[in-house]
This record gives sequence, C-alpha cells and structure tokens, in this order.
Amino acid sequence: MKIDWAALGSVFGVSLVVTVALVALFTLGITGLSRRERAAEQGRSAALALTGAYACFAACAAAVGYGIYLIMA
Amino acid sequence: MESFSLILAIVVVTALAFDFTNGFHDTANAMATTISTGAMRPKAAVAMSAVLNLVGAFLSVEVANTISKGLVDETGIRPEVIFAALVGAILWNLLTWLVGLPSSSSHALMGGLIGATVATAGIGAVHGGVLVTKVLIPALAAPLVAGIAAMLAARLTYRLGRKADGKAAEKGYRAGQIASAGLVSLAHGTNDAQKTMGIITLALIAGGALAPDSDPPLWVILSAGVAIALGTYLGGWRIIRTMGKGLTDLQPQQGFAAQTSAATVILASSHLGFSLSTTHSVSGSVMGAGLGRKGGVVRWSTATRMFVAWGLTLPAAAVVAALAEWVCGFGDWGTALVALFLVASSAAIWKISRREVVDHTNVNDPGTPAEEPAGVVTQAIAAVTPPPTSTLEEELTATVPAPSVPAPTAPASAAAGADPANPPAKTTV
Repeated sequence: MKIDWAALGSVFGVSLVVTVALVALFTLGITGLSRRERAAEQGRSAALALTGAYACFAACAAAVGYGIYLIMA
Repeated sequence: MESFSLILAIVVVTALAFDFTNGFHDTANAMATTISTGAMRPKAAVAMSAVLNLVGAFLSVEVANTISKGLVDETGIRPEVIFAALVGAILWNLLTWLVGLPSSSSHALMGGLIGATVATAGIGAVHGGVLVTKVLIPALAAPLVAGIAAMLAARLTYRLGRKADGKAAEKGYRAGQIASAGLVSLAHGTNDAQKTMGIITLALIAGGALAPDSDPPLWVILSAGVAIALGTYLGGWRIIRTMGKGLTDLQPQQGFAAQTSAATVILASSHLGFSLSTTHSVSGSVMGAGLGRKGGVVRWSTATRMFVAWGLTLPAAAVVAALAEWVCGFGDWGTALVALFLVASSAAIWKISRREVVDHTNVNDPGTPAEEPAGVVTQAIAAVTPPPTSTLEEELTATVPAPSVPAPTAPASAAAGADPANPPAKTTV
C-alpha cells in the first residue's frame, strides 16, 4: 500500500492557490464594477476601475476556459 | 454471435437506472449553493445542470475503463456480478436521497462491486491496499482540501469586497456562482456518465456482445448521457436542501467561494491523478465557506450525519450487492427475484418520499426552527414504519440520526433511519 502523498499535496496546493487567486481576482473585479456604479451615480467616470474590472474578469474567464480544456483533455 | 442475452439487457437497464440516480443524487453538488443563495431559480438551475451534464458526457472520449479502479480483480467478471453491484449502489443512492444526505455515488458503485465480487470470488479478489488509497484517504482528504480552500476564499472575498455593494456586486456574484456551478456540472457529466458507459461496456464485453478492449458504442454514450441528464433535471431536492441550507447558511459571497473551490478541487484532483469525490469536495467546500464568514456557523449535527453516511456508503452497498449476488447465484429465477426486489424497493422508497414532498417549490425553506430537514423527514418516516430487523440497518440507525436528535426522540428516529431499506430486505433474503 503506497499513498501518493506528492499527488495529494499538489492537489491541495494547487486547489488552494487557484481558488484563492480566482476568488480574489473576481472580487476585485466586482469591487471595480461597483466603484464605477457609485461614480456613475455621482456623475463621474471611473475608466481605470472599469478597465481593471474587465482585466480581472478576463483572467477568470481564461481560468474557466482552461478548466473546460482540462475536462475535455 | 447471438447479440443480446436477457441478463445483458437487464444489466444495461440497471446501469442506466444507476446513472439516473447518480444524476439526481448529484444535482446538489453543482447547484445546491446556486439555488440556496438565489443566484438561479431552482428549475432553471437544474435545467442548466442537466444540459451541461449531457454535454459533458460527450466531451471526453477517454473511456472510463477504470471503473473499479483496480479495486477488484476484473478478469472473469460476469454480468450477474455487475448487476448485483448496481443493485447495491442504486439502493444506497435512493436511501441516502430519502433521508436527504449527500453521499458519493462512486463509493456506492465501488462498494457494490466489492460486495458482489467478494460474494462470487471470495475476499481475496479485493485489493485492500487500493481500498485505502483510492477510497479512504480521498474521502478524508477531499472535504479538508476543499473546505480549507473555500474558507480562505470566503474570508478573502469578504475582506476584499467590503466596498463592493449595490447592483453590480449582486450581479457579479450571481454570474460567478453560475459559471463555477456550470463547470462542476460539466465535469460531473464527463466523470460520472463515463462511469456508467464503462460499466455497460464492461458488461457487454463480459457477456460476449462486444470484443474485448472496444470503445463504448454510440448508443451507450447517448443513453448514458441522457439518463444522467434526466436524473439531474429531476433534481434531488432533498439533498439540495441539505447541502444548500442544512449544513450552513450561505450568502452569495460564500456560495461563490464554495463553488469555485469545489470546481477547482475537482478539476485539479482528476487532472493530477488523485481523484477526489465530487460530493465530498462540494460538501467540504460548503462547510468551509460557512466557517469563512464572521459569525457563520456549520450545523455539525447535520455534518456528522453526513460523515456517517459517507462511512457507511461503501460497506452498505457492498452488503446489499453481496446479498444480491448470492441470490443471483441460484440461477435465473434468483436474478429475476433480485430485479423484482430492486423495482419493488425503489417504488417503496419513492412512496415513502411522497409523505413529505421536497421539490423546487420548497427547497429553500427548511423551516428554520427545525434546522434539520432530514431529521424531520426521518421522524415522519419513523411514525409510519415497522421496527427494523436487519443488522446493517441497525448499524445505520444507531449512527446516523443519533447525533442530531435529542434523547427522547432518538428511538423513534432510530427506527426511522433503519426502515426505508428494511421492508424490502425482508422480501429478498
């Protein structure tokens, strides 16, 4: 009986890092969007926040795409 | 080669039935948090999950030839053995669905295979080491890995998202949850529909209808995909309720963190070669996300019952499968008896479930004071059922409801936990 600790460890590490990173990115994106929402209410523009938000979402979408690629592989 | 014997046809139908129970048992994995946080309406959620399961079934051509994962000696396996294994797995899936507990369908299937193999070929045909490395360790690791990741992620999203509010944030979290839930559904379709395809293919090869080492024929892929999608669409509302509302109360942020963690763990584990159960990962991540919010609580009584069910999954399915295989051994009438028993007990379980209907209309209102939807169900069953007799069921009884129910009601609910499987058990054995 041999337990593959290396595989288990890497699953743990990868899951932890990817989950936290994805959630962080996505939350930043949402924060950016709601900042723009507030700015729009006050009649200001928040181009930087919006760009940042879209960059974050794009990264998340890429991760989802990679996930689908992994499912198909 | 004459094409199709009766036993083969029975195995194929039973395998599709298992696929179906697998679908509605596991809808909760993908959609429980999405439904409980209100990101999607219940019907829309299960419909989306069903479609993605179907798509997932066609995505990968990598055949699930490792259904038994080396647990049992596959050489010389007969269709009857596979049939007995499926009977054990289906009954356990239905039973856990009745009491609203998420449990791993793969474990049920593996347990069934082990039990049927032991009954036919002796204990030597089971590889104990594989049992530990492929079943025990993953079952312990999955909720921990997913839970810790989800807890940290939930903490982080609360901290980072302090300034995120209003419509944009609400919409954002909703979209995030839907995306990650979709990913889980897709992965589920690929993994679990493949499992059934593998089983059917194995049976076809064992029965001589297919050449060894052949890929599953198109009708197998198609029917397996459709069966799992139909099951998913039917929705295992009882389990959804337990997972979405019973374990903890989830806000959209937590639902998002939990679902993302679950999707990541499932994909990472299957890709890195340390396969973890979808059910265990999702349950763990839901609990982790529950702990990740300030003031968030996990209802450990429900969680304990769930853990007990996980522990029992493999042995329970194994015992039922072993009995089924033993009866099948008497010849054709034995097999017919088992088939009849399967249909009868499934009908009985469904009948019992109608006493307290859980569907898309009430999936989100657990009746807050009760806090234990499954407990309520169990007690309702207890009121209407004869006392238990079989030892397996007693074991289940003693362990499952006890932690959740205060002393005075314990005997009643104990009888209840035992019961659903029980009357059928008497008819067969």
